[in-house]
Amino acid sequence: MLTFPIYLDNNATTPMDPRVLEAMMPYFTSKFGNAASRNHAFGWHAEEAVDYAREQIASLINCSPKEIIFTSGATESDNLAIKGVFEMYASKGNHIITATTEHKAVLDTCKHIEKIGGKVTYLPVNAEGLIDLKQLEEAITDKTILISIMYGNNEVGVIQPIKEISAIAKKHGVLFFTDATQAVGKIPVDVEADGIDLLAFSGHKMYGPKGIGALYVRRKNPRVKVTAQMDGGGHERGMRSGTLNVTGIVGLGKACELAKQEMAADAARLSAMRDRLEKELLTIEESYVNGSVEHRLPHVSNISFKYVEGEGLMMGVKDIAVSSGSACTSASLEPSYVLKALGLSDDLAHSSLRFGLSRFTTEEEVDYAIGHVKEAVAKLREMSPLWEMFKEGIDLNSIEWAEH
Amino acid sequence: MAYSDKVIDHYNNPRNVGTLDKAKNNVGTGLVGAPECGDVMRLQIEVDENQIITDAKFKTFGCGSAIASSSLATEWLKGKSVDEALSIDNMDIVEELALPPVKIHCSVLAEDAIKSAINDYRVKNGLPALEMPKSHH
Repeated sequence: MLTFPIYLDNNATTPMDPRVLEAMMPYFTSKFGNAASRNHAFGWHAEEAVDYAREQIASLINCSPKEIIFTSGATESDNLAIKGVFEMYASKGNHIITATTEHKAVLDTCKHIEKIGGKVTYLPVNAEGLIDLKQLEEAITDKTILISIMYGNNEVGVIQPIKEISAIAKKHGVLFFTDATQAVGKIPVDVEADGIDLLAFSGHKMYGPKGIGALYVRRKNPRVKVTAQMDGGGHERGMRSGTLNVTGIVGLGKACELAKQEMAADAARLSAMRDRLEKELLTIEESYVNGSVEHRLPHVSNISFKYVEGEGLMMGVKDIAVSSGSACTSASLEPSYVLKALGLSDDLAHSSLRFGLSRFTTEEEVDYAIGHVKEAVAKLREMSPLWEMFKEGIDLNSIEWAEH
Repeated sequence: MAYSDKVIDHYNNPRNVGTLDKAKNNVGTGLVGAPECGDVMRLQIEVDENQIITDAKFKTFGCGSAIASSSLATEWLKGKSVDEALSIDNMDIVEELALPPVKIHCSVLAEDAIKSAINDYRVKNGLPALEMPKSHH
């Protein structure tokens, strides 16, 4: 049985797995202690639960439990990693390298770094959404302290060459931070094999709760430290003060444990389902996949349907919840900066939909989505003057459009 | 964002979608907006010998509010004289469709499309083009 709308926006957030909720429940009520309370059983139970979650998380990304710093989510982790490294390594240099398709939590943090005297290089990406490793290496100077490149992109799902990036970072003695929010729990992420020094992720993208995230900070080869951005009781080895969100931490731990057990099977099922969705939607004339299809997260597909506008299309596909590269609800009429960085023209970026599948997505839901999108695109093209011109063989670039 | 019932109605049942023969002398065509801005409207009017608009058609590439604004405009145009049509103001469309502030540009575009179609008709029939108010975007 289908219930509407069908949720296919799992890059924005995922539903929580009921098993995660179950693990969290006692920590709201009977086991409510403060993990920093050393003098009684309430505190000990909470601390035990936190320690156990640290192990569950460490086991998923192959690190030591001591290397996990709990935060409120990936945005905070991104801020802590970049600002924390910038402050801690100020005597070494002030240059950071990142990419134009990073999440706003990284880009805006880098903008902040520039305001306080840092230098930032924003690497472009190719049409597939991948950075150029040669360009990366050439951008490194003797002032470079950090390379910040995301693992998997939130809009198009493109996976960057993480091992190659970390090898370059290591060769030049530069730290490597990756925002792995979309990757952890979806594909194998191994900080040792991948050579990662700092890594950010959050609970709610992997069937865990919102309001909890973590920053992995390497302790050996090299020992990495970040300057705290939240001062107070000195929690999390002094790197992030604040009473631990015990319920959230327990939830994140459980979500990581489940991911470790089920990730491989989930990924196989989801990529087959995604490929079917994509293959069907690409039978629509003038539709294009955005970003690399070879280096991509298993559950994501971003498709542009030329000559229909994204927001109008969203309204036409109201039975499914997806997101669009069109941002014309905001005052700026700017479409997605990620799609533009891939070299898409504004009109193609405006015409895109992002599909994100989850552990809970069914074949039946995908079938429905396929038919629903096909119908909406056909209807809107019937109404689109651009489609009519295209069909008449008129080159849209030959028309002098009134910019507004 | 929440659309008004009238916008949803026009989106689901757009009035007067289609194409008139732009080669005909009594047909005026207005094409406004730009693909890179996410809105293109084409609005056409057919005018009889008494300067009455007997038919109006549109095609729009854009969001639901843009589609609704142009659909509504064609409804309003039919039966009006060309002069009366010139008095349609974008704020009338905003009011009728209860457009939120971020969607006012859709109504402006519809007004521009009306004026541009009328101008096309005028020029085809040897009348001087009216001065187009520069888009208020």
